[in-house]
Amino acid sequence: MKELVCIVCPRGCRLTVDEEQGYKVTGNSCPRGAEYGRTELQNPTRTLTTTVCVAGGLHRRLPVRTNRAIPKALLPAAMAEAARVRLQAPVAAGQIIIPNLLGTGADLIASRAMPAAGA
Amino acid sequence: MAETYQLIVIGGGPAGLAAACKAWEQGLRRVLVLERDCELGGILNQCIHNGFGLHRFGEELTGPEYAGRYIAMLAETGVEVRLDTMVLQLVPGRDGHPHEVHAVNGKQGYQVLQAQAVVLAMGCRERTRGAISIPGERPSGIFTAGAAQRFLNIEGYMVGRRVVILGSGDIGLIMARRMTLEGAKVLACVELMPYSGGLTRNIVQCLQDYNIPLYLSHTVTDIRGHDRVEQVVVSRVGPDRQPIPGTEMVFDCDTLLLSVGLIPENELSRGAGVEIDPRTRGPVVAENRETSIPGIFACGNVLHVHDLVDFVSAESERAGAAAAQYVQAQDAAPGAPAPAAAIPVQAGEGVSYTVPQHLHPAALAAGAELFFRVRRVTKTANILVEDANGARVAKFARTHLAPGEMENITLPAALLARATPPLTVRIEEVQA
Repeated sequence: MKELVCIVCPRGCRLTVDEEQGYKVTGNSCPRGAEYGRTELQNPTRTLTTTVCVAGGLHRRLPVRTNRAIPKALLPAAMAEAARVRLQAPVAAGQIIIPNLLGTGADLIASRAMPAAGA
Repeated sequence: MAETYQLIVIGGGPAGLAAACKAWEQGLRRVLVLERDCELGGILNQCIHNGFGLHRFGEELTGPEYAGRYIAMLAETGVEVRLDTMVLQLVPGRDGHPHEVHAVNGKQGYQVLQAQAVVLAMGCRERTRGAISIPGERPSGIFTAGAAQRFLNIEGYMVGRRVVILGSGDIGLIMARRMTLEGAKVLACVELMPYSGGLTRNIVQCLQDYNIPLYLSHTVTDIRGHDRVEQVVVSRVGPDRQPIPGTEMVFDCDTLLLSVGLIPENELSRGAGVEIDPRTRGPVVAENRETSIPGIFACGNVLHVHDLVDFVSAESERAGAAAAQYVQAQDAAPGAPAPAAAIPVQAGEGVSYTVPQHLHPAALAAGAELFFRVRRVTKTANILVEDANGARVAKFARTHLAPGEMENITLPAALLARATPPLTVRIEEVQA
């Protein structure tokens, strides 16, 4: 039995996961909480949010995120990939910045549009 | 001749965007949003992490995505926006005369604008080192967490390499993770209170995920360094929140981030004579978010500091709809609206404030939603609403209450109609 706080939403449900009963989750308020409890003990994943370098835009950094959760252990390697990106504005919201990030099947996408400076 | 609008919204962050969209939807056609930054979206633009929008949109968005949804909605309307525009003064119009908004920007210069209704949506700002009087030297390397967030996420500057964070509010926790992912070493998160001020999920995913220690009942007692921060001294505090001599820990670091609270930014409201609640530091409002001055409404973090933007949007839509209703009523019957008797709502034992602070009789027919914060962390407890005679109006059972998490309850119309004003909200702890 393992106790966890669910991080799926701000509600923060207190979950209990029973490894011996096929990772049965109790204390969750929604199906996503049960899913979180199961994966957190077997293969924890996180959505990565960070920024990448963009030139010629309204701002110097473009916020990006993975379009699905990736294995937690890959976060440092994913940050290193993002650090290599050099974009030129304009960038569209949702634009794919790195497809299939580290072979995870998740794409790194733009969280906002970045208009060219002075546009 | 001053330019005249039906509604002027001061602030183009999540509160202002939602209020303006709603007022347009409700039929207002001369609406202006004034924003001091170079773009709409407010603080959401620098909150690049996800977790926004579960209530409002049923999915998990980053801050920029959440703002983007509302910016797109606003673009579909005919609402006018002036960016890079600072509002300097709000002069209330009495007896049904229009309110005056004095603003300045680089293109149009000093402007005096008139509006039948005004929505205050200026948000809040961070408490600083000066506000909490941390002793020590005054080197560079001390930032509020939100300022560091802006430097890092928008302007592209890394603010430090070895970091101590004072305060466990959500922005501090989010920055602990963000700085770690960017390669900094976050040595400690230090919290004066015996509990965190942030959401539990952020303790888990921002501190525990990265093995960052959280020191509860501790505070910073000295900052050392001449040009740049070199050391921060952290001490344990007693139940009186005073540092205990002999418990000092010294951290070698170059940066101290402060996440020690937010203050609604109400200089304009105070200048206009809007009544301010000393507990929320925001305007006193009724259920429709109308302030003590008819036709002036307030919503979002300028009213009370929220944890979740979803609730800011909902509250601001309420304010925007009420502003539209006010304008339409004034057009139908010009002059000063008749003042209505209000039902006060008081914060009782264990409750630090309520919003709204009073209810219009109209609320009696529609029911009322109350927002408040509790004073202590409690497990099993009841939220009790009682009337002037001590009679119970409503009871809501909870299994977890914390000051860091805003509570809300809905009082049905039928229960309100039976109650003798004023109403009091209090917490009754239940022994397990």
